[in-house]
Order: sequence, then C-alpha cells, then structure tokens
Amino acid sequence: MIDLHGFGNQLLSGTLVTLELGLVGMGAAVLLGLIFAPMKMAPLWPLRWIATTYTTTIRGIPELLVILLVYFGASRFVNGMADLVGYDGRIEISPFMSGAIALGFAYGAYATEIFRGALRAIPKGQIEAAQAIGMGRWITFRRIVLPQTWRIALPALGNLFLTLLKDTALVSVIGVEDLTREAAIATGYTKEPFTFYFAAAVMYLLLTVFCVIAIHYLEKIAGRGYARGDT
Amino acid sequence: MNWDVMWDSLPELAEGALLTIELVAISGVLGLALAVPLALARVARPLWLRAGPFAYIFVFRGTPLLIQIFLVYYGASQFETVRESFLWPILREAYWCAIIAFTLNTAAYTAEILRGAIQAVPEGEVEAAKAIGMGRWMRLRRVVLPRAFRIALPAYSNEVILMLKGSALASTITLLDLTGVARTLIAKTYMPIELFLAAGLFYLLITGIILQGFRLVEKRVHGVGE
Amino acid sequence: MKTAMKMMFAGAVAALTISGPAAAEDTLRIGTEGAYPPFNQIGPDGELEGFDIDIANALCEEMDRNCEFVTQDWDGIIPGLLADKYDAIIASMSITPERDKAVDFTKRYYSNKLRFAAKKSSDIKPTKKSLEGKTIGAQRATISAQWLEENMGDIVEIKRYDTQENAFLELDSGRIDAVLADMLVAYEWLDSDAGSDYEFKGKAVYSGDKIAIAVKEGNNELRKEFNKAIKAIRKDGTYQEINEKYFPFDIY
Repeated sequence: MIDLHGFGNQLLSGTLVTLELGLVGMGAAVLLGLIFAPMKMAPLWPLRWIATTYTTTIRGIPELLVILLVYFGASRFVNGMADLVGYDGRIEISPFMSGAIALGFAYGAYATEIFRGALRAIPKGQIEAAQAIGMGRWITFRRIVLPQTWRIALPALGNLFLTLLKDTALVSVIGVEDLTREAAIATGYTKEPFTFYFAAAVMYLLLTVFCVIAIHYLEKIAGRGYARGDT
Repeated sequence: MNWDVMWDSLPELAEGALLTIELVAISGVLGLALAVPLALARVARPLWLRAGPFAYIFVFRGTPLLIQIFLVYYGASQFETVRESFLWPILREAYWCAIIAFTLNTAAYTAEILRGAIQAVPEGEVEAAKAIGMGRWMRLRRVVLPRAFRIALPAYSNEVILMLKGSALASTITLLDLTGVARTLIAKTYMPIELFLAAGLFYLLITGIILQGFRLVEKRVHGVGE
Repeated sequence: MKTAMKMMFAGAVAALTISGPAAAEDTLRIGTEGAYPPFNQIGPDGELEGFDIDIANALCEEMDRNCEFVTQDWDGIIPGLLADKYDAIIASMSITPERDKAVDFTKRYYSNKLRFAAKKSSDIKPTKKSLEGKTIGAQRATISAQWLEENMGDIVEIKRYDTQENAFLELDSGRIDAVLADMLVAYEWLDSDAGSDYEFKGKAVYSGDKIAIAVKEGNNELRKEFNKAIKAIRKDGTYQEINEKYFPFDIY
C-alpha cells in the first residue's frame, strides 16, 4: 500500500467536504433550475430573455472563472446591497459558501435545460385534464407537473451531479479544504505529488461509484409507479 | 468597476486566448483520433476487447480534470525513471503536459459519445449494407461511422465547449492561457473582478465561434445527407 | 419521493441563507497562505504552523484579540483583503511600492533577501550573462517574480508557480534551471532532504526586502495596534523565542 505519511485523516475529511460541496452545490443548481426553466417557457419575453441570457452566458464561461468571480465579487455585491437597504454590519460569505454558490450558479444553467426538457415531455392532455376537473394553476403544477418532471429529469440530473462532484475540485483554488486541496497540502509537505494526487483520484473514483449506486436507487424509487403500470 | 484596467488588459488577454484556442484545437483533434478506436473497442463483442476501454473511460470520467493535470505534471516527475526516460523532454514542458491531460480526458468523453452514436445507428441500415455484400470494414467505413458521426455531432459540440472551459485549468501549471494571463495581471493590479470578467467575455466569444462553426458543419452534413 | 425533494429544497435554501451576518468586531481574521514553509504551512494534523503563525498568535495575545486564520492562495491574497475576506495579511509579505498603493503596511516584522538557488553541480551565477536563455522559476505575484520580470524579463524564461513549494518541486524535477526566492524560505528547503543536492548561487540580488503585515488602506487603528504589538513582543523576548525555533540567527 502507499504510505500517506499521516495525511490519511486529512484526505478523508477532505473527501467529506467534497461530498458536502457536491450536495449543497447540486441543491442550489436544482433550485435555480426550477426557477429558470419555467421562466424560459414563460409567455412574457423579458422573463424568457433573462433566463436565456443566464443559461447561455454561464455555459460559455469556465467554472473556474465563475468560482473566482463569486469568491471575490459576491461579498462586495452582497455588502453593496446591504448598504443600500441601510444595513451597516458586514455580511461574510465563507469560501465554502462561495464555492457552493458558484457551483450551483454554474450548474443551475444545465439544470434549467434539463427541467425545461422534462417539462416539455409532459403530455398537454394531462394538464388540460387537471384543469378540466377544476385544479388551479398552482395545484396542477404541484400535483401533476412537478412529480412527473422529477421522474423524467432524474437520470439527467444524476449525470449532472456526477459532473458537478468532480468540478468541486476547482473550489480548492479559493482555499476550501476539499479532497484536492488536502492532496495539494500533503504534496507540499511531503514532496510526493504522485502519491497524493493518485490517492485523491482513487477517492474520487470511489465517491463516483458510491453516487452512481445512490442515484440508481433514487431512480428506482422515482420510477416505481411506472414500472408497475407498464407490466 | 475600473473600465480602464479592463480595456488595457485586452491585448494581453487576446494573446492568452490564442494559447487557449491552440490547446483546445490540438487536444481536440488528438482526442478525437484516440476516441474512435476506443469507441469501436467499447462496442465490440469479446470481453477482453471491451474491458480495457471501459476501464479507461471509467477512470477518466470518474476523476476531476484538475487531478489528472496535476498527476501528469507534478505526479510523473516524482519518479526518477520518468525523469531519465526518453519521454522527459516532452513531459518536462507544461505545454505538453496540458495537451496530454486534455487529450486523454476528452478522448474518454468523446469515446462515450461515439459509442452511444454507434449503437444508435439504425439496425436496418447495417443489415442493408450486409445484404448488398459489404464487408465488415467497408460497412464500418461507409455506413456505420459516417452515420454515427452525424448522430454524435450535437453532443460533440457540447464536449468541445466543455473542453474549452476545462482548458482554464492550464493556468494551474504555469501556462499563460486566457485564465493564466488574467491571474498574472491580477497579481499586479489587484482587480480580480474586472480581469476575470474581461477574460469571461473572451471565453464567451470563443464559445460563440465554436457553436457557430458546428452549426455550419451540421448544416452541411445534413444538406449532403438528405 | 416527496421527502427527497424536500431535502433537496432544504439544502438549496440553506446554501443561500446560511451565510448570515457575522459578528465583525470581536474576532480578528488573519489571512495567510499555508504553503510557505517554514513561515506558514499546514501539517498532517490539518493545523497551520510556522513562523508567521507563531508571530500572529503572539501579536494577537499581546493585543488581547481573538484571532482566526483564513487560508488563501497567494495570487489572490491582496484581492481577498480588499474583498473583506480577512482584516490583515500575515503571510511573509514584502513591502513593495505597488502593494503599498493597494494596502497599508505595518512596520516590518522580519527582513529578507532574494537569492538564486540551483543544483550544486550547476555553474549558474546570478548574472545576466550566465542566466541568458535559462528557465527560472518563481512564485506568481511575489517580489521574486517581479524582480525577474524587471531585471531579466528579456533574457530568461520565467515560470510562475501557484506556490513556492511547487517551484522547488519543479527545480528538483529538472523542469527549471534555477529558482529565485526569499532566502529564508530557500534556506529551509536547502536544509531539508529534498533540497540537499541544491545550494545558493552567488550573493543576494536584492537585499532591502522588508516583511510586514498588510491591512486595508486607511485602517490606521489596526495598523497602529499591530505596530505597538510588534514592538512589545520584540521587547519582552517572545519574538526572539519564536525566531530561535526556526532560525539560528536573528531575522528581524
């Protein structure tokens, strides 16, 4: 086995931070996706324009830049806003939060496209039927549209999550002590780059495998009613 | 916002953009060349032929590009044997390390895209080719691959954009690509927002050009096909 | 399914709101790099250690302030201060005219020199003639990198690294012919096993290097507080105690 020179624990805690970053970032991405996907399909053009600008811009800029921009820019922006509304305290955004927000922001654009595709895939007839039996717009969305969107979007969201999980490595440049940064720290200390980047690569692979299994399980749950209906 | 700083940085950023484009173009071509045999082996029937590409694709898609770059650049030089081998003149250059890492990475993603496309080629077309007496190699060259490339085109354009964005990581191994130039300028001006925004605009521009290019290719391909 | 979705929602909402206002006044946040032995680095236990860290802790104790460290990559360390990520930088930062325009410096807490280091067998000298066509490494955004740009920019290839440690790693791998660095940092590396095949080449090329604490421009209150504390720990022997831990000579 490879000798980790006592950095094993640090690598493990870094792995945990990586997973946390992935989950929080994905949460933010899903939230943004759920906001922007309906906007993209809205009848009002300014709404569509805002959503389209967001998705095309963000998808053309490297995640690394988005992360650095959010890290250096977000607190300036937030505090500027706070000043405007007359709050004179200081609002602090930790590197972890900056990283998670940036990842959410970057991947929200992809989530938007996924949800848009899923929303489109829901048969119009179902919505008409729901309205025919007297459901309001909101109830139709919540009871008919959303649960199905979820099921249709899940495989694509799972893939997105796996990609996002790997991109959490970029957050190491703003000082979040994730798996990659722990490996870099250990490298600096021991002068053994291969050992630690290789160990980190193995951890990422294990994480990926673990997440693939979890996603598979989620998909099974989401598809439950359907499998029964089909057979 | 300091517009002067943004304006003054444009010539240097443009130079960085050229390196970015160069990196993406070279590793894109090499990656594609590597991806075709990988994808073909991946859809092959015998297990021994499938297993290698499967493992390769799994490893490169399952680990972050940043780690892959660090492994090639910093990791390889940990070993005396590597530093004394004939490969060292290449591996000692950050430029080639970046190209190697990007090529290996994009080859894995592209192979997976191509595999999907090959499997999506309609069965009937292959059978028709068989019926008129085409051999295995001929079928591959004249029917399966051209058809698969066409199917894969939209997904492949996405992959090229992803590679463009991933190329920003070249800045972490001393290369002065678009992001590297921005970071070096920030070290002098302390204006990260202005310079990262300016660099972002360059990336958007390149993305736009790439997408437009693919749109033209798609149009042509379909024009000929129909 | 509903619960899974609720969890996703809760996570997303938490991500956006958790970063509420923090109490600003009681703790002093110190920005440092954590990759610059022996001044600041992170050990196997995940804790910061080194000369800068010990000095910072001594100063905080002297000032009777609660201190908290924030690590930040070097090339973003001044932008981080300007963006209010921390109140002061204690990370072996040299005073330069350019930096002085962006931040305010305290009085120095140690002095340094820039020297070239290369393989013992190499005949490199710190002269233009000897360095012509060579590849020289330095950390990005340091006075070493700046010195190279200003004095050798036209004749050597400069490689800029994210951390000083990576520059040394690369010298050892043979990718670069020499490193220009702060003498005391190089001293530590040359003293270690990794650097045993290497040595300083020639005399220091720049010796007016003053290392100080940076605070945000106009934050005179904090700057004066630090100055007073530096004086105090020099006087009561705390400084000398820390100095001895790392170097057998006075580095003030």
